[in-house]
Amino acid sequence: MNIVETKDVNFYYGDFHALKGVSLDVVKNSVTAFIGPSGCGKSTFLRLLNRMNDLIPDMKLTGKCLINGKDIYDKRVDVDELRKKVGMVFQKPNPFPKTIFENIAYGLRVNGIKDKEFIRNRVEESLKGAALWEEVKDKLSRSAYDLSGGQQQRLCIARALAVKPDILLMDEPASALDPISTSKIEELIFTLKAEYTIVIVTHNMQQAARVSDSTGFFMLGELIEFSETRKMFLNPSKEQTQNYITGRFG
Amino acid sequence: MRKLVEKIVEKILAISGAMTTIVIMLVVIFLFKEGFGLFNSPVIEKGYALCVNEVNPVEHIGSAAIKKIYNQHIENWSEIGGLNEKIIPFRYDDVFQHYKEEEFGENYEKLPEKLGEVIAGSPGILAFIPEEYLPKNVKGVKILDGNTINPNDFFLGVEWIPTSTPAPQFGVLPLILGTLWVSLVAILIATPLGMGVAIYLSELAQGKVRDILKPAIELLAGIPSVVYGFFGLVVLVPLVQKTFSLSVGETAFTGSVILAIMALPTIITVAEDAMRSTPRAMREASLALGATHWQTIYKVVIPYAASGISAAVVLGIGRAIGETMVALMVTGNAAIIPKTLFSPVRTIPATIAAELGEAPHGGVHYQALFVLGCVLFLITLVISITAELISKRQHNKGL
Repeated sequence: MNIVETKDVNFYYGDFHALKGVSLDVVKNSVTAFIGPSGCGKSTFLRLLNRMNDLIPDMKLTGKCLINGKDIYDKRVDVDELRKKVGMVFQKPNPFPKTIFENIAYGLRVNGIKDKEFIRNRVEESLKGAALWEEVKDKLSRSAYDLSGGQQQRLCIARALAVKPDILLMDEPASALDPISTSKIEELIFTLKAEYTIVIVTHNMQQAARVSDSTGFFMLGELIEFSETRKMFLNPSKEQTQNYITGRFG
Repeated sequence: MRKLVEKIVEKILAISGAMTTIVIMLVVIFLFKEGFGLFNSPVIEKGYALCVNEVNPVEHIGSAAIKKIYNQHIENWSEIGGLNEKIIPFRYDDVFQHYKEEEFGENYEKLPEKLGEVIAGSPGILAFIPEEYLPKNVKGVKILDGNTINPNDFFLGVEWIPTSTPAPQFGVLPLILGTLWVSLVAILIATPLGMGVAIYLSELAQGKVRDILKPAIELLAGIPSVVYGFFGLVVLVPLVQKTFSLSVGETAFTGSVILAIMALPTIITVAEDAMRSTPRAMREASLALGATHWQTIYKVVIPYAASGISAAVVLGIGRAIGETMVALMVTGNAAIIPKTLFSPVRTIPATIAAELGEAPHGGVHYQALFVLGCVLFLITLVISITAELISKRQHNKGL
């Protein structure tokens, strides 16, 4: 079942044509990776899915972008509601300057949840979900900045999980982390797949090969190839893809 | 050759830096030096001295007490730490009621002696005598020559009447309270307004509006304060008087409103900069969790910018406290301890500006004004240091 469907999406930053006729579908409870050289539009595409690009002045979009069968760019769509359903983890860990507990509880509090018991349970559940609970359970009231970079990133994942999204967008979530933290994040992605649909942008082709079910290769704003990951890396159908994954450019 | 020029330029810059620092230090030293003598100056007018009977244990009489004695609000020595004896105020010309004119000798050379006799004969006397006729070394007479202005009388005194005789009243409490009162109310008005505008500018205003509004607000800071004062005097004073049916419109409140307007540009610019410095990642993190724009503003942006915002407020206070012209023009300049918003007050800078011209150079009044200057300097110094510490904390916060 396709949870995300896009048809002929074009996106412009002012005059710059950033995405050119992108159509792709994302299957529910799968991991989809986007790869491609810098500036190819993969992050732009990711940020379309939770309408994060709305913050950019002078942006323009054409085409259809459906999540759960609904057009998310329809005028009647409540963007804040959409973002609760489509969570996001950013390239650099960006915890709030608050305690570990409050970081996780933030998403619940802005949704008007006041029940303390509920919040406490959800915080624990989310931290367990992000494989961070054992490391922080005794210091929930410490500042999130006391954690290491890798822990902070898992905290951000836990924060996104706390509002129970359907889809989790990850924008190069491990690019600022060391190899050990990276492998922890990758393991985490693997287990999260059971409950969430994950879309991940990465610079690291090995990472895409390790964690994803299907992969899309972007170049200069076009989706060159989109297929099952195994096929993409073993037997790409386009020459550009072949060149990129074998490291001839990029 | 080029090396030489660079060396020379470097030296010139170093010298100008050093010069500036020295000049600033000299100004501060001058301020304290000029005021320093105040607490060694006698309580009463120059050229006069106070004498009491030898049996009187009182060594020090503050200026406020002297005034009360001469106004007969204090009538017994026991009220100011002496014996239970009625106070008899005595001016040196009262001596002519006790003796005949010819008893003083041809050139009044016996005047001190006779004054001494009177003082020695009256245990309750408080005599106010010109220095040239002082009964020195006369048995039974005690000259209160160590009776200098006491810091307690100065800082806790409630009357500021520098021209009062026989003892000028230098009580700065009404001036300090007046200054703080006007500034406090000004900041209470300016902070919510400034915050509102800062939030609007940093979070809500679209590019063009912002591009016009921000320089316009910064321009407000450049208007000379006398113009604000004039505006206040002509527009606001009558308005306040009418609106609140007061007998005069020159009140603490009027001053506060104008000072608030003057502090606004500082508050807005500094607070807005602090809010805009909230990392994009923080805002995005909040929005990505489904928080609304407003929730993001008050749960992420404002807490993140909190120290910058407090620095803005503190700087605004500094601006209001030191402001002279407006305070002089619209606050009414009555040196009384303010009890309501609408009582006239007199601030420290306004007092200095108004009185320094008529205070004799080096005199007690002159010194008192310089001590006031020191007080103001210390208040603003504390405020600047606070602002500095707060904004430092902000820089350290980012990890």
